[in-house]
Amino acid sequence: MSADVELDHVTIRFGDFTAVDDANLRIEDGEFFSFLGPSGCGKTTILRAVSGFMDPTEGEVRIGGRNMRGIGPNRRPTALIFQNLALFPLMTVADNIAFGLEVRGVSKFERRKRADELLALIALSDQADKLVTALSGGQRQRVAIARALAVEPDVLLLDEPLSALDLKLRQHMRTELRTIQQRVGITFIYITHDQGEALTMSDRIAVMSQGIIQQVGNGSEIYNNPATAFVASFVGENNPFHGHVSKADDQHAVMDTKFGPLRGRNSQGLRAGDRAILFVRPESLSLTNGAAGDGNVIESPVVNEEFEGHFVKIYLAGEGPKPIGLSVTNDGADSIPNVGDTIRVAFDPERANMLPMGELADE
Amino acid sequence: MSDFIVLFLAVLLALLVKPLVEKRAEAFAAAVTGITFVQRNGVMLSAYLILAVLGWAVFMIILPQLYMVDFSFRHNLPFDQVGGPNDTHTFDNYRYLLFGREGDEEMFNWLHLKVFFKTILASACVTLFDLAICYPIAYYMAQVARGGKARLLVLCLIIPFWVNEILRAFAFRILFGTSGVINSVLMGLGFTDQGVDFLRADVGLYAGLTYAYILLMIFPLYNAIESLDHNQVEAARDLGSPWWRIHFRVVMPHAKPGIASGCTMVFMLSAGALAAPQILGGPSSLWFTQVIYQWFFTGLNWPQGSAYAFVLLATCIVFVMTIMRVFNVRFGEIAK
Ligand SMILES: Nc1ncnc2c1ncn2[C@@H]1O[C@H](COP(=O)(O)OP(=O)(O)OP(=O)(O)O)[C@@H](O)[C@H]1O
Ligand SMILES: [Mg+2]
Repeated sequence: MSADVELDHVTIRFGDFTAVDDANLRIEDGEFFSFLGPSGCGKTTILRAVSGFMDPTEGEVRIGGRNMRGIGPNRRPTALIFQNLALFPLMTVADNIAFGLEVRGVSKFERRKRADELLALIALSDQADKLVTALSGGQRQRVAIARALAVEPDVLLLDEPLSALDLKLRQHMRTELRTIQQRVGITFIYITHDQGEALTMSDRIAVMSQGIIQQVGNGSEIYNNPATAFVASFVGENNPFHGHVSKADDQHAVMDTKFGPLRGRNSQGLRAGDRAILFVRPESLSLTNGAAGDGNVIESPVVNEEFEGHFVKIYLAGEGPKPIGLSVTNDGADSIPNVGDTIRVAFDPERANMLPMGELADE
Repeated sequence: MSDFIVLFLAVLLALLVKPLVEKRAEAFAAAVTGITFVQRNGVMLSAYLILAVLGWAVFMIILPQLYMVDFSFRHNLPFDQVGGPNDTHTFDNYRYLLFGREGDEEMFNWLHLKVFFKTILASACVTLFDLAICYPIAYYMAQVARGGKARLLVLCLIIPFWVNEILRAFAFRILFGTSGVINSVLMGLGFTDQGVDFLRADVGLYAGLTYAYILLMIFPLYNAIESLDHNQVEAARDLGSPWWRIHFRVVMPHAKPGIASGCTMVFMLSAGALAAPQILGGPSSLWFTQVIYQWFFTGLNWPQGSAYAFVLLATCIVFVMTIMRVFNVRFGEIAK
């Protein structure tokens, strides 16, 4: 059965509060799809609607083309990995993994065989008869994955499964999850508030804020062509410049700022007079000898510096209290400016995005 | 009798004084102040706490019970012979429960043994009824109801217990009597025309006992189920489990200590109940406690009464321990 997941005008309310607002998207069969957004933006709520613990207030969730309304979580072709894993602490590792099969009336012998296969998949064959409480965090993580895979779901749903692990393990598990997904070939829907996880693992990402899906795209689309001010400020670092559009065509738009006119790409169809924010990433800014009036040149004093080794992070006085950040490669020469120097930096208009005024992600 | 107490106190005293006699007094003092409990609470407070607990345990629990044990091994003598040459220890009281009076036609004392086993069995039934009734309520309160609703439910369960036991028992009589509320309704609806004698059939007794210990079952269950992470219930459901299997495989194993402590309390208390059987029992049915009561107050045979009471106590303890063994519950767990 094909297992694409469609959200069709899905709105979910708790009383007056709208947790998910008109979500529309289609997740392809076999895709690794992530929902990325800050805490409380409605990610878990969407996942619960897909897994069947709640039905959307309005709209439809379809899996493999079939409307899922009224179908409980025990009868959907999905398996959910909980934020806290929710392994059964009184059962052994093998019993945890085989639980879904036990429920389906699979014989004890078959269950054990299947559990052993899955234990091999997650490289825990020698731990089958331990209690799950005796395992380390990363091992438990893998048991949770095996337990969900045991029921052969068409869609695996993962709710921030790595958030409880330490940094190193988290990075290791990223690769592992991706490998497992490629091996079993089923759809993974992954929830996270960690953009690093989303960018490294996913085929596509949906960025959410306050219940609204801001943008859907692959990692480089999201990073290089953010569609809204929220996405631009949430994913990666970005320097915002606020102002009114003074000139615009299909390709580019110009904005007047206290640093003079700045030009960037106009992907969202801004017109002259619109309030807008121009986003320039730190790695797109470079030191220049050009004059301040040339356009896309910013002249400002250095307020702070951070030496990172292979590059130096430099902060210039910005339009408001927040400084403008840029990174300069450490080439060994004494070209790196000092705090207090007034310097000029420039950027390529193709690598700057002019977007309609909107809320920014708070740091 | 009194020599028994003297002996007991002497042993106790000897145990306390032993370190003083064996070592020097200062070593003893050093040992006392070295105990963390003493360090934390100071010498005076520790001494008070230890004496209070010891006093309570010895004078309220151990001594009276020992007194009764001793009693159960003695003859029922007229007052002026107590302490006399006839006042010796004997197994007669225990033998009587098993075999009856010498020269009876029957080999065993079936009259009392039947009552005894019926009491144990009926108490086990009452325990099971309570478990069946309270488990869903406790689960609802602990995992389903949110905030206000759960608290309201607790109030609704507690407030009826302000009504005292006797009143409650008689109210049940009115409820289940031949011309009681239930029979009036049944007759009104035309199910029966002469009324069912619920009391003779012991329905009233079972209902009364079951209801009397509902709280003792609900609260341990509630405590145990409440500590279960609801995600585990959802995880089981997500893996395809029907609701009954979720309960048998996930919720009940987790709640086992609570189930064990609830069942233990209900079983012990219903086996030892007196008022409810007295008021609600059918005319032909006796509870073993009623037999004991008769020995003490009608038969004025205290030794016989205490022997019966200790047999009941010992059997209940053995029964509970066996059941806990069977279900693999460790004793420490029920205190959780
Ligand atoms: N059962 C509920 N009743 C009322 N409000 C709810 C309920 N569940 C979630 N919400 C609200 O909906 C919003 C979204 O919650 P959700 O759990 O989906 O966030 P999330 O994106 O998963 O956040 P996190 O990253 O912290 O897990 C939150 O503001 C939350 O308070
Ligand atoms: Mg969440």
